[in-house]
This record gives sequence, C-alpha cells and structure tokens, in this order.
Amino acid sequence: MSNLIVLSSPHMHSQESVPRIMWTVLACLIPAGVAGVIIFGPDALWTIVLATVSAVFCEWLIQVLTKRKITILDGSAMLTGLLLAYNLPPEVPFWIPVIGSAFSIAVAKMAFGGLGQNIFNPALVGRVFLMASWPKYMTAFTRPFNSDAVTSATPLALLKEGKLAQHISNWDLFLGIRGGCIGEVCIVALLAGALFLLIRGYISWHIPVSFIATAGFLTWAFTGKGFFNGDLLFQILSGGLILGAFFMATDYVTSPLTRKGHLIFGIGCGALTAVIRIWGGYPEGVSYAILIMNAATPLIDRYTKNRVYGTKIK
Amino acid sequence: MNNSFKELIKGLIHENPTFVLMLGLCPTLAVSVSLINGLGMGVAATFVIIFSNILIAVLKDVIPDKVRIPCYIVVIATFVTITELVMKAYFPPLNRALGIYVPLIVVNCIVLGRAEAFASKNKILNSLMDGIGMGIGFTLALLLISGIRELLGTGKLFGYNVFNNFEPVLVIAMPSGALLVIGLLLGFFNLLKEKKE
Repeated sequence: MSNLIVLSSPHMHSQESVPRIMWTVLACLIPAGVAGVIIFGPDALWTIVLATVSAVFCEWLIQVLTKRKITILDGSAMLTGLLLAYNLPPEVPFWIPVIGSAFSIAVAKMAFGGLGQNIFNPALVGRVFLMASWPKYMTAFTRPFNSDAVTSATPLALLKEGKLAQHISNWDLFLGIRGGCIGEVCIVALLAGALFLLIRGYISWHIPVSFIATAGFLTWAFTGKGFFNGDLLFQILSGGLILGAFFMATDYVTSPLTRKGHLIFGIGCGALTAVIRIWGGYPEGVSYAILIMNAATPLIDRYTKNRVYGTKIK
Repeated sequence: MNNSFKELIKGLIHENPTFVLMLGLCPTLAVSVSLINGLGMGVAATFVIIFSNILIAVLKDVIPDKVRIPCYIVVIATFVTITELVMKAYFPPLNRALGIYVPLIVVNCIVLGRAEAFASKNKILNSLMDGIGMGIGFTLALLLISGIRELLGTGKLFGYNVFNNFEPVLVIAMPSGALLVIGLLLGFFNLLKEKKE
C-alpha cells in the first residue's frame, strides 16, 4: 500500500498549457506581420524584431535581478513585444520599440508580479506610454509600398480632419493597402489568424463580436449625415479595431472570466471606441477603450460570477 | 537631547511623510514637475510645519479638546498666510508656478497630521524637532520626485539642459507621470524595507 499515491482532483489533464497557448497565438499573428512587412518594407521588420527581442530580454533581466524563475520561453513576453510592434507605425526611430517593450514588461507586467498578475494589457500600456510621450513619432505613418518614407495619415485621421477626399475602397482596406500601424492594416491576415484561434477554442467569439458590433453600430449611427448613415464597413476595417478585438481584448489575464462578462466587456470596449472616434480628440480609440475596460474587469467579474453548482438560485 | 534628536531624524527615512506615512500626496503630485517648484513647496511646507508644531505644543493645554481641529486650522492658516505673502513679495514667479497649492498648505495632511498626532501630545522641543524632521523629509521626497520628473519629462535640471540630444518623455511631465513615478518609487522603497527585515 505504501507505493500508492493519493492525490486530490483533477486526475485528468489536458494538453493545453500557457506556453502552448502563447506560441499558438504568436503563430496566428505571423500572417498579419508578414503582410505588414510586405506593405511597408523592411523597416517594419526591424521594428518587429527590436520590440520582441527587447521585450524578452527585459523580462529575462528582471527575473534574473529579482531572482525569480526565468519564464521567457513561455512566449508571453514575446507576444507582448510582438503586439506592441504591431501597434507602432512602421518607420519609428529604433529606440521607440525598445523603450516601449521595456516599459510594457517592466512597469505593466513585472511590477505587478509577472504573468497573470497584471491589471492592464502590457502591450497596450506600452503603446499608450509611447503615444503620450512621443506623439511626433507615433503618428507619422508611412504610405504603403513607398520605401522612401513618404508619410501619410491614417484613413481615420483623415476622416477626423475632414480631409478624406479620395475614397479608399473597402477592398484596399480589407487587404491593408493604407497608412497605419504595422500589424493592424491587413484585415484578411488578421482574420485568418483569429479564425484559427476561434476554431481551436483559444478565444471565444463573445468579446470580439460584441466589441466590433457595438463599435460598428455606434459609428454607423453617429458618423454620417443625420442618424444611421455612417460608413459601417469603413469604420470596422480602418484603425486597429480588428487587431484589438481579436488579439488584445481577448487577453486571458485582463479580460473577464465568464461568457456574460465577456459580452459586457466587449460592449464596453465598443462603446468607448466609438465615443473616442466620434467625439474624442484622437482619431482612433481602440487601445484606450480596451485599457479602460481592463480597469473595469475585476468589477465585471464580481457581478457576473457563475452560480456554484449545488448552491441555491436566488 | 538624545530623545529629541531621534524625533528629528525619524522624519527623514523611517517615517518619511510622503513614502511611509503617505501624507501630503496631493501637493506632491501637483507641484513636482520641476525641482524649483518642489524645493519651493518643500521649504514653504517645512516653515509652516515647524511653526505650527511649536505654537500648538505651546497652546495644547489651553485648547479645548472639542474644538481642537478648528484651532489648529487657525494656527496653521496664520503661518500659511505669512508664507504666501512672503512668496508673493519676494518670489512672484514661484508663487505663480505653485498657484493654489500654496494656500492649500492649510489643509495639507502632513501639517494637520503632525499637529494632531504629535504636537498636541508632546513638549515644545520635541515638537520643534519633529517639525524640522518632517519638513526636511517632505522636502527631500519632493526633490527626489520632481528631480526625476524634470530630468525625464523635460531633459533639464533646475531649468538647465542636461542632455544634448534628448527626446523628453512627455508623459512623465504630465499628471499621469506623477502617479507613475510616485508609485514606482513607493514600490522600490517598500522592496528595500522588506529586504532589510
């Protein structure tokens, strides 16, 4: 009897683990990055490499300095770096992705206690930090297929200034032939990656669908002449809505736990995005919307607790 | 004398008003954009703490318990008024930079906190030492925060350029930067304290 080991449940384990999920999400983000590099040229690749390498290095350095377990191979730091790079314009000075990644990892993630402890999505914190600190570099977008650094504004920025003279076709927006951040432009590549994640069950449809639907509905209702006359497809396809809704709002750590919570979270993100786009000072509000809803996540979790099996229905 | 010396140095580190007692964060957040502002605020608050501590220690037996807070406020407001008038007369640019936060020293929790927690229970000499220690502790904390913020947020120290080619981190000079810097410093000091124990 002595060689029998008594353990408490669970006795059956699934193959899923944090590294596996992180690496899968990373793989699903690659098509969008490849598309960004094709559209904007090799500078975009440099930005991506710098951001990911410095994110991983920063996590390693902090874990060595604080004598914690080294977990750089679980892919989470790399994912943060990659998502940050996708949120940067293609031709930023080399120190922008480096400082942004370091801030994401050191302040938004490790200062809170590492993976699973952070309140805010680290990549978005990095982006917002860079945006507030060096707006000059963060809003200079390269024109697609133009390697000699001709800058152009994003479609949303043009719309905000009322200068959207030549209409960009929805097909161009779908393929990503427009000015914008590296990873947000190519919608078709993003959707392919997101579809894979949905099929594998790594993300549920609740957050992205409610996010995009709410943002789409509100911008459709309030951006056109009169009510319910806006350009719905343009609003959904431009800006970082698809990238944000599928890959950043669905971050396990910073989004609610239950399905009902997911819906509330998504609707909140969508509404805030629409409010910032329509009435705010910035042309795009996806990152701020997600961060604000990150702050509301503990509250949402508190009011959408699932009933524990066997307890009374109130 | 040994005892009162202890009262003097405790405010510097062990009971630093900003980083340990967490008092007076409002002016700290608001004025710590440049070293000059931080120094001005620190000196003004130190002056008020010292003299209000002395006067309240003197008057503590005369002040009825039920109305002690209004009495403290009157004493503190007197010294704040002196500070503000002196600042207006001799340092008008500093006064303009600090703005409403000079009159607001009246309700600064460090000043009122020391009056209530220390000066109303202790002798004059100890209250004086406590006031000096707390004032210097507050000034040092302000100088640290505003130094970091001025250096990173504008690339300057006391208004002089430090770097040649520096892109200032604008967010550090904004109000959100004050919260960031104070939060990170607090975490850092708590870490040091944990290590010591």
